[in-house]
Amino acid sequence: MKETRYWTWHMLAGIVILFLLGIHMITMHLDAILGWFNPAGGEAVDWGNVVARAKMAIYAVIYIALLAAALYHGFYGFRTILFELGLKHGAQSIINILFVVMGICLFVLGSWVAIKFHVIAQIA
Amino acid sequence: MDEHKKYPNKLGIIGWLGGGRWGIERYLYTLHRITGLGILLYFCLHIFVTSSRLFGMNAWEKWMGFFKSPIFKMGEFLVFVGFAFHALNGIRLILIEFGFAVGKAEEPVYPYKSSLNTQRPLMVIVMVVAAVLIVAGGYQFLGFVH
Repeated sequence: MKETRYWTWHMLAGIVILFLLGIHMITMHLDAILGWFNPAGGEAVDWGNVVARAKMAIYAVIYIALLAAALYHGFYGFRTILFELGLKHGAQSIINILFVVMGICLFVLGSWVAIKFHVIAQIA
Repeated sequence: MDEHKKYPNKLGIIGWLGGGRWGIERYLYTLHRITGLGILLYFCLHIFVTSSRLFGMNAWEKWMGFFKSPIFKMGEFLVFVGFAFHALNGIRLILIEFGFAVGKAEEPVYPYKSSLNTQRPLMVIVMVVAAVLIVAGGYQFLGFVH
């Protein structure tokens, strides 16, 4: 039953990512065509645009939500691929622990950067 | 996960290569996994690289300048292509998981209609949308617009 629930979360995370990563991709890769969320002009990765976006609290929220959803979705997907190869029980447990630890570490790092930079951008 | 023991996965990753009688959707499954793994690798590195913003404008621009070389631009476009494919194919998978676009349940009268055929139009639609996204992204990557 647990596995079914993990799979449902994987799909729900996919739907969340669809919207949030959609915003991210439109911002970063269709900026020359649509020009959304790039108030400083030029390229989407220019420092002025990065600071301007980080000033908005909603962006920190979007980044953290996207981070959580994408890490879960990605590591669950990778886990599915590995488990499908018919691993022994011990190997499965190691992968479970490893992926949870990696996921949490990356989530903490990413969220910390998003929050800290939001604070920095407000002063800048 | 113990069910796996009853049906050992003899082919392993080699099994990704052949579609058998499942047709084109089976190859999309292989592509879905390859793009998924590629995006996961990019995503993990992306978290570290974008963290450089904490060290200020110079550190940020140094990294962004580094990734402006053609080889990294090409790689970035590959990630974009992978994203467009994975997103659209993912929409298809979720719709089918919930039983949309696979046709109504019918009495099985010979010759049987396979759901593999009734879901084909959905596959065509999502792939066309993915192609449009890839073209729009490619238009910008190639520098037609600035």
